[in-house]
Amino acid sequence: MNFELLIQLIVNGLIVGLLYGVVGMCFVLVYKSTQIVNFAQGEFLLVGAWICWAVLVYLELPFVVGFLLTMVFMAVFGILIQMIVLRPMIGEPIISVIMVTIGLSIFFQALMKWIFGVSAQSYPKVFETESIQIMGLNIEAAYLMSTVIALIIMVAFYLFFKHSKYGLAMRATAFDQQIAQSLGISVKQVFAMSWGIAATVSATAGVVIAMVSGVSNSLSMMGIKVFPAVILGGLDSIVGAIVGGLIIGVLENVAEFFDSQYLQIGNMYDIAPFYVLLIILWFKPYGLFGTKDIERI
Amino acid sequence: MSSLTMRPCGDFRTSYKQDNTIFETKTIKHFAIIAIALLCAAPYLVDAYYLTLFIQISYLGIAALGLNILVGYTGQISLGHGAFFGFGAFASAWLNISFGIPVFLCIPLAGFLTMAVGMMFGLPASRIKGLYLAIATLAAQFILEDFFARAEWFSGGSAGSSADPISLFGFAFDTDESFFYIALFALVFMYIWGCNLMRSREGRAFIAVRDHYLSAEIMGIKLNKYRLLSFGVSSFYAGIGGALYAHYLGYVSAEGFTLFMSIQFLAMIIIGGLGSIKGTLMGVVFMVFLPEALEGGVGLMKMTEWGNIPMVVDGLAYIKEMAIGLVIILFLIFEPEGMAHRWGQIKNYWKFYPFSY
Repeated sequence: MNFELLIQLIVNGLIVGLLYGVVGMCFVLVYKSTQIVNFAQGEFLLVGAWICWAVLVYLELPFVVGFLLTMVFMAVFGILIQMIVLRPMIGEPIISVIMVTIGLSIFFQALMKWIFGVSAQSYPKVFETESIQIMGLNIEAAYLMSTVIALIIMVAFYLFFKHSKYGLAMRATAFDQQIAQSLGISVKQVFAMSWGIAATVSATAGVVIAMVSGVSNSLSMMGIKVFPAVILGGLDSIVGAIVGGLIIGVLENVAEFFDSQYLQIGNMYDIAPFYVLLIILWFKPYGLFGTKDIERI
Repeated sequence: MSSLTMRPCGDFRTSYKQDNTIFETKTIKHFAIIAIALLCAAPYLVDAYYLTLFIQISYLGIAALGLNILVGYTGQISLGHGAFFGFGAFASAWLNISFGIPVFLCIPLAGFLTMAVGMMFGLPASRIKGLYLAIATLAAQFILEDFFARAEWFSGGSAGSSADPISLFGFAFDTDESFFYIALFALVFMYIWGCNLMRSREGRAFIAVRDHYLSAEIMGIKLNKYRLLSFGVSSFYAGIGGALYAHYLGYVSAEGFTLFMSIQFLAMIIIGGLGSIKGTLMGVVFMVFLPEALEGGVGLMKMTEWGNIPMVVDGLAYIKEMAIGLVIILFLIFEPEGMAHRWGQIKNYWKFYPFSY
């Protein structure tokens, strides 16, 4: 048994898992405050990564400026999507709302393919050193940065929801829309804000992943990979999304390890999370931290 | 969603039999029969190109009807219909090649096999609803896609598998003209069956589960049973559609049955109208003609001087995909009940023409 490889893979899994956690958090944020299951989450990553790439390559701006520009663009993008497409859908059945986000996802995926082409593009170099040795493990600098960014985002989320006025308004809306509205909270604003935040933060994750493995259409798979994570954690729990993300990140790497060493089935990296997803749905559909939906007549 | 609300005022029914007919009026029935008769003569009248389009409409239409029974009538969501369609295609080819079962028997058998697989994935679905089911079927989509690429004994792996044409009493239906009749027969048969299913106890139970599942359960409808049954029926239709597809093309490859295909099926029933059988067919026709129309439009643009933009001409494939996404969004915002609803409105307008009340 190759322990070194296993540990390296687990560390990689934790790093990728944190990113799943960040994307999952955005997903849960949108679900909790607007009751919308966002199938277009992966396209936020994709659009953000392509925009940032275009700004860096065509305008040749320094990374920090380009990154901030992308963030501003994504915030406006998320709010506009909510206002134009999802606001008319308030009160429609759940199938319709899900389908609208699927339609958005198809549309933006094709649009990005049309504008930027299908081949993967690599980012201009941001860091001087490619990888850093920590305790004998090879860790890419971009991954290290991604971990730091992910942790910062998580702390920022915590502070925002715990201590800011808007965070409180969002929590109130998530708890009960009608009561929130009667207390003078603009539910419309809260909806727009949650989409803006989700788009911005997902785009951050998209840029980070793209820095490591290049930007291509496969980034939108992240939006689908995030489902096992959030279902495992419980759909309406932000802590659950992080824990679920970490577990799924480690799991797919460990599955890959056992597959390449012993089983030789192939493709386990992509498929294992979905088997886990099915098993969770069989035995514990509300996940580890989700609230159980009890109906009384 | 239901056709009951679509009836203009003054048009009452006085017996259960009237309320339960396949065709609402005699005129509709006569028109349907004339249409089928005309279609029978189609191979002698129209271009072969239109025949291929019709065959496409028929196998997609059968699968889409299955999805509509699940989504539109039972209120469950499935994102794995494309994979079930693919499973039907591979299963039929596999049964024919490995066991030497004649093809016309393989098609229904493939339907039943797909039904079994669908119910396996639908088992958690009977306990959960709506959203969670969408995600469970998403998992089914990826697991099945992976299975197609890997199981060489079943699907031929990445090389794909070949499927013989349908033959009956020594006559092979291997040309477009002859397969057209098979497609027409299957389409009519499956649609009549779908209509009849919706008139039966099971069909009414599906609708009750959709409209208010708690009330349905109180009235003695077993939720688990009917959710699972609906899932099974839907996969059965997908399997039949897929098997027809396999034996029409003569070759099945593992690449085509992606999430995008599942979404296309969903788009068909949303555009046509959830919970409407004739709407399903309208949606399928729309979705088959949409890429053709785009292609024709871009082809015309290419001829003119101002329209020959390389970006548009080269990006046609992406424009088609974008159009599908856009059409889903626009229909859901502006006409959530689909084309069937619009059709009913147009009909009612002319029925009482100057005085619409």
